Amino acid sequence: MSGHATYEFKNPIVRWIEARLPIFSVMKAQAMDFPTPRNLNYWWTFGGIAATMLVMQILTGIVLVMHYTPHVSMAFDSVEGIMRDVNYGWLIRWLHANGASFFFIAVYIHMFRGLYYGSYKAPREVLWMIGVLIFLAMMATAFMGYVLPWGQMSYWGAVVITNLFSAIPVVGDPIVQWLWGGFSVGNPTLQRFFSLHYLLPFVLAALVFLHIWALHVVGNNNPDGIDVKSEQDTLPFHPFYTMKDLYAILVFFLVYLAFVFYSPWYLGHAINFAKADPMVTPPHIVPEWYFLPFYAMLRAVPDKLGGVVVMFASIIILFFLPWLDRSPVRSARYRPLYRFFFWLLVIDGIFLGIVGSQPPEGWWIPAGRIATTWYFIHFLVVLPLLSQIERPKPMPASITEAVLSRGGH
Amino acid sequence: MTTFIDQEASRRDFLFIATGTVGAAGTALALWPFIDQMNPDASVLALASTEFDMAPLAEGQGVTIKWRGKPVFIRHRTKEEIEKAKKTPLAELKDPVARNANLPPDAPATDENRVKDATGKVNEKYLVQIGICTHLGCVPLGEAGEYHGWFCPCHGSVYDTAGRIRKGPAPRNLDIPPYKYVSDTKIVIG
Repeated sequence: MSGHATYEFKNPIVRWIEARLPIFSVMKAQAMDFPTPRNLNYWWTFGGIAATMLVMQILTGIVLVMHYTPHVSMAFDSVEGIMRDVNYGWLIRWLHANGASFFFIAVYIHMFRGLYYGSYKAPREVLWMIGVLIFLAMMATAFMGYVLPWGQMSYWGAVVITNLFSAIPVVGDPIVQWLWGGFSVGNPTLQRFFSLHYLLPFVLAALVFLHIWALHVVGNNNPDGIDVKSEQDTLPFHPFYTMKDLYAILVFFLVYLAFVFYSPWYLGHAINFAKADPMVTPPHIVPEWYFLPFYAMLRAVPDKLGGVVVMFASIIILFFLPWLDRSPVRSARYRPLYRFFFWLLVIDGIFLGIVGSQPPEGWWIPAGRIATTWYFIHFLVVLPLLSQIERPKPMPASITEAVLSRGGH
Repeated sequence: MTTFIDQEASRRDFLFIATGTVGAAGTALALWPFIDQMNPDASVLALASTEFDMAPLAEGQGVTIKWRGKPVFIRHRTKEEIEKAKKTPLAELKDPVARNANLPPDAPATDENRVKDATGKVNEKYLVQIGICTHLGCVPLGEAGEYHGWFCPCHGSVYDTAGRIRKGPAPRNLDIPPYKYVSDTKIVIG
């Protein structure tokens, strides 16, 4: 955004390196002086929080691999060994297991922030779409990681999710055997999941780099959703937002660590403390909480292929969001109708999560169908329609005016 | 100068296209070993057949054995179960095909076709089927569900006493593995 700033460095070594690789000027321009809207609120800190969680997952993951054995006869025991024998193994493992949940919490809040303030709209479409790719890669990583401890839920989760591909006509079954490396989920499956679970976080890191690059080309959106017009509207990223992000990260870690130390198994399933048994399916298979809304959509359709298509469509639809919502006003602050439907979508998503956690019986079935239908209506009908009929509230002329009119400084 | 480039261009174009084609085709071909290595390997394919003697099974008793890492249900069905399965009109079935690996793929899902082995032998007492729900691969529970056949706890698919899908999201009847009788009660699966 700021282009190539020309900096004069005093240190001769820095000058020597700078002339050959301009890394110091890029760091200073992008990570310190980067002009950032002055009105960002705490919802904007969740991007930094999510990035911190990715780093935590990579660090704890690298340590866990030093003690884990990816083989069906040893995986479960090696995880128990980490819990009981390895020095601080329990801490590293619970940081990693709960870290996945808190990574998703941060990313879900980050995504809903984008939805509320219209951060997916021009010129941030590519930024948003890379974000959806990050979300997809995260889901694949989390799913494969959950299989590695080789407990009952690990095993049957792997069976159910890989079987989703058998719904594809004609080539479905060969694809599933190809994924398994056998006729059922077994050792070859575990080993390739381990390999990919180690690879994908680095793919994620690369995608995050692209995400931040795209952000630094177009600049931050902000709670008022209006473009930066002058230098008055901005603050340098450092120290204003480095410190704000750091403060938010510390508060977030307080909650994360409260789970790690006081209730580390709360977000998991007791049945995963039993070793995988390919002959017995547990009475109630549920994915981790962060997949529950999608699991509810899968089960809402009484047809195998239909359910799989609906589930994948619920994420693919996000790629088209910038063109489904045609309203030129970004922030829900100035869109009273959109604000109402946004909160309805939040409630719908949470409700789908509750439906996904319940056995597919009784009134949960129609409830799941209604909630799934609403999810698609929101994106395919409500958003295009709102951009036609909604009358936005008057907008302030600039970020500075918006801040000052609210008594800020 | 221009004519020189024009003359050279056709020969260069040819070389560019030829090189690009060989490069692209070579890369595409080199990709195959990296894809195919994920398919079931020789040791997995070698574990192909299992023998089982059904004589010790009492009426109404069932066992689950392992074949190719998958559960196989072998059930000695009661008279009522067989009667019920036989009386069901084919029109009521969600999946009208037998799904028996020993029969042609379009064989109708009659009770007889569900218990036929590769040689055409029928012993209606013994039902042999792969114990994997055709929805998303869970192991259904026996003697359960509305039709007292099998019930899948994962997503609620209901199978009758011949292992045919009657309700729920599963698209197909439980699969019958390839098997044949080697004596009156002994079978070889695979």
